[in-house]
Amino acid sequence: MENKIYLDNAATTKVRPEVVETMLPYFTEQYGNPSSVYEFASQSKIAVDEAREAIAKSINADKPDIYFTSGGTEADNWAIVATAEAYKDKGNHIITSKFEHHAVLHTCEYLERRGYEVTYIDVNENGIIDLDQLKNEIRPTTILITIMFANNEIGTIQPIKEIGQIAKDNNVLFHTDAVQAYTHLDIDVKDLNIDMLSASAHKLKGPKGIGFLYIRKGIKNRSFIHGGAQERRRRAGTENVPSIMGFAKAVEINMATIKERTEKELELRNILMKRVLSEVPFTRLNGDKNRRLSNNLNFSFQFIEGESLLIMLDMKNICASSGSACTSGALDPSHVLLSIGLPHEIAHGSLRLTLCEENTEEEINYTVDMIKEIVQKLRDMSPLYEDFIKKQNRR
Amino acid sequence: MYSEKVMDHFSNPRNVGEMENPSGVGTVGNAKCGDIMRIYLDIDENSVIQDIKFKTFGCGAAVATSSMATELVKGKTVNEALKITNRSVMEALDGLPPVKIHCSLLAEEAIHAALWDYATKNNLVIEGLKKPKSDVHEEEEELVY
Repeated sequence: MENKIYLDNAATTKVRPEVVETMLPYFTEQYGNPSSVYEFASQSKIAVDEAREAIAKSINADKPDIYFTSGGTEADNWAIVATAEAYKDKGNHIITSKFEHHAVLHTCEYLERRGYEVTYIDVNENGIIDLDQLKNEIRPTTILITIMFANNEIGTIQPIKEIGQIAKDNNVLFHTDAVQAYTHLDIDVKDLNIDMLSASAHKLKGPKGIGFLYIRKGIKNRSFIHGGAQERRRRAGTENVPSIMGFAKAVEINMATIKERTEKELELRNILMKRVLSEVPFTRLNGDKNRRLSNNLNFSFQFIEGESLLIMLDMKNICASSGSACTSGALDPSHVLLSIGLPHEIAHGSLRLTLCEENTEEEINYTVDMIKEIVQKLRDMSPLYEDFIKKQNRR
Repeated sequence: MYSEKVMDHFSNPRNVGEMENPSGVGTVGNAKCGDIMRIYLDIDENSVIQDIKFKTFGCGAAVATSSMATELVKGKTVNEALKITNRSVMEALDGLPPVKIHCSLLAEEAIHAALWDYATKNNLVIEGLKKPKSDVHEEEEELVY
């Protein structure tokens, strides 16, 4: 195929043309600083206000509880560090899971080095956190539970409502990193008892560099970025008006199309899943087959290494990602794949494909054909496969 | 990320395969770390490496260094082959990204392991050749598919 086939929508997405169109006037026409007093600038202020309203509505939150940030990572850092500091009189214990995004894990590790205690809850083989363990680990000093809404590598959806209830029953705050789930799943922060929620625009066909943190009213929190009085004095810095407008537009479109998009994604994903699992031997699907995002697939192909697979797919114009160590320059493969109990060598041979409703059946079928061809080529080159076949022949 | 030569050797690797009754075979690396390399040597009575085959489980750099190493070794004498280092393999490939340099060590180690096997089988002492590290994991866990 001459055109590129983009199957890495969990990494980032193509910005919708309508979103770009919405953003453009805020660069060259309505470029006023929302904090300025003159009429010209107040248009920017009104626009940001409307965007905040639309975004708040999308998760059934109240408008003042949405704080714009530079993205999901900042929102995660802010939620965790500021809560830890604001509630340190109550305790120093945080509960998270073993397969969180690094924005959460590394922030927790940072706090551990500063005297906080962190419990990392196990994940079962299907990629769902252990609720019993979560309940048992709560101590009188526990101040925060931070568990992701849906996992970024294997797409598994966590029992958020149950976690919210456990947190509420134990008077512990609950933060969720919803970067992968937001506008892909229906989220009602009140119904789910979510106290804080992180989201990012570029995972939903909005611009990069903009996200938000929802902080329920009444939660003690301090300013994380110091400076001006923006974002109700909690997050200083001139508002990124064009990106905020683009973010709100992307959310608006995504929320209006959530049902059709999900259906289309599921249709394509199921073709991809069925064909790969039935046509490529020694392959497994990582993460629960049903409790996962409609656009996510994560496979492990035994006897091969993920980076080789990615480069060969790239030569066929297919963009994907892998949990292999070699793709990150680290020695260990993905902590997510290890957390669900995969042996290292199986984790090295993983492939994540995350599609969107704009992909076509033709692209999906071509991708499967290429995966079949490439996996076989790499297996023919693999000493592990050679040993496996020789062993089988001896039997 | 990779040079043109690396990409060439990765997409069209030379001397991939197995060998019946090799003069020496060496396997290094481990699956846990994500790379394993196996080298088969066919060495004649004049200590000339007549043929070489390899199999590699690993990233693009691991495959490309295996392929380049086999090209550099083919037709050389055992003593000449011993002089081929990871650096010479890397240079022949126009370099590797810094995080991939450890991959090139594997090719050198695999050649040495195959030469060690040849020496052991023939009761030879090859000057400068050390016993290879044996860190190849024999199937630790078997996953049911």
